[in-house]
Amino acid sequence: MREILIVVPGPGDEAAELTAAARSLGEVRVTAAVFGADEEAAADLAGLCERVVVFPAAPGGVFDGEWAAAALTPWIAAEQPFLVLLAHGNDALDLAPLLAARTDRPMLSDCLEIGLRDGRLVGVRPLHGGKVRARVAAVEAAGYLATVRPGAYPAAAAAAAAGQVVEGPAPTGFSPRREFVGAVAAEAGEVDITQAEVLVAVGRGIEEEENLDLIRSLAEALGAEVACTRPIVDKGWLEKSRQVGTSGRTVKPKVYLAIGVSGSFQHLGGLKGSPFLAAINQDPAAPIFAAADVGIVGDLFDLVPLLEEKIRERRG
Amino acid sequence: MDIYVCVRRVPDTSEVEIEIDRSGRALEEDDFSWDINEWDAYAVEAAVQLKERLGARVTALTVGDEDDEEVLRRALAMGCDQARLLSDDVFAGADSWVTARILAAAMAEPRPDLVLCGAVSADQGRGQVGGFLAGLLDLPLVALATDLQVEEGSARVRHEVSGGVEHLVDLRLPAVVTVQTGLNEPRYVSIRGIRKVAGVEIPVLGAADLGLDPAELQPRVVTEELFPPPQGGGAEILTGSGEEQVERLVELLHEHGGLV
Repeated sequence: MREILIVVPGPGDEAAELTAAARSLGEVRVTAAVFGADEEAAADLAGLCERVVVFPAAPGGVFDGEWAAAALTPWIAAEQPFLVLLAHGNDALDLAPLLAARTDRPMLSDCLEIGLRDGRLVGVRPLHGGKVRARVAAVEAAGYLATVRPGAYPAAAAAAAAGQVVEGPAPTGFSPRREFVGAVAAEAGEVDITQAEVLVAVGRGIEEEENLDLIRSLAEALGAEVACTRPIVDKGWLEKSRQVGTSGRTVKPKVYLAIGVSGSFQHLGGLKGSPFLAAINQDPAAPIFAAADVGIVGDLFDLVPLLEEKIRERRG
Repeated sequence: MDIYVCVRRVPDTSEVEIEIDRSGRALEEDDFSWDINEWDAYAVEAAVQLKERLGARVTALTVGDEDDEEVLRRALAMGCDQARLLSDDVFAGADSWVTARILAAAMAEPRPDLVLCGAVSADQGRGQVGGFLAGLLDLPLVALATDLQVEEGSARVRHEVSGGVEHLVDLRLPAVVTVQTGLNEPRYVSIRGIRKVAGVEIPVLGAADLGLDPAELQPRVVTEELFPPPQGGGAEILTGSGEEQVERLVELLHEHGGLV
């Protein structure tokens, strides 16, 4: 039976989805590696997997790619799992390729599907911001590593059969070349978009900073708050506290109107609670239309003023 | 201090219709405009700012062919001291593993004090090269830097971790840092600026120059087929005149509680 190691931050969606991805490969034995989990967290994970290995937390008690790679590399060398799986995200970028290089394994990144063919790992992954997909195959190797996109697999249900919980060793001879100093407090910002019921989100399609007035004015007509994608914050046009996404805020509005937003998975990753999602974008192939409930393909500079006018008319 | 910055030329596909070519494994590139990968531009700017502050020597590297030289010119125009085009017929079909092997070989002499890479590329989105380099060079890694301060022998890096949070870490140099967008403001490069560096010689280094055995450059991951994302299940696209579409959208927004 194939052994699959999932590396997780603890129990939760990530662990359940990676377990589902692992089990989609057939008869497998799933081991979860976790850092610094308490008994309860370990027991929760043991409800999903055949085995849980609790490694000591990194100094500082936070995720640390260096520490994790140092702890996991000898473990993987000794146990030789067929596949190591991580959820694609910020922490995976800090650990997964490093671990793949250290353990000398082919790595598939950001997979929407994983599979086996002739005993080799294959996968489907998005390219060009989701506008194309690729079928990729790893060459024959003793073991593989892959990161799986969050949401690509439905979470596996916890089984009653409890897996075994064991302690993993601390990395031996670890001399930290990287040290955790502290977490950076997120700036509060002038508004809290996480509390808003209606959000008008603006993306790169707005082109110029001055054009943001169109969005502000539309949001005012709707009684909504303005949110945005990462490039708008990178350019310094709106404050970080308005950014929705995996590196920004997680929001749960009732209605989300995305204007000139391409719909990257990092952005959509910050949108929870299945809001009514409407999109206006020039590009009919923009991934936002795959996620949206309703869309208009067209020029936002024509459509937004018209939309504002119609809303104001309706309100009288 | 020796800083290497790894860059890549990528197509801008945000506004073009994507077509898969006859091989089924690549895209029709006729309508593409190409530029430096966005993340890499931030990495170059970070390297050049360190040079200006600390007097580092900055070397820009790319793996590619003669068309890719233009990103190295751009890196030079931004202020990199030198550039190397890593190019060889045996590099064709390089995956990110092979790319990292080639880049690592190009950093053999002088050894790096700091390696900067964009965190991901806009086209492939794998986010692997920086981490592979850290593994191959046995250096510590920090991914997704949003701030970078370097002092003698160490760096303080702010970086994005999962959960919408940022951490501050101290790195002992040498190290590999992958750069997130927004780290700085990449300087504007004018056509005149590019012209100024037109005469700078960019050495082309192949497998033999880098001491690489072609047998070691076998890709670990092969792209077998490209295909369009599945259609359907997506948005209802409104039709009719602009006015009709907008009126329908107002109705729908109202129905879902969007007019607060």
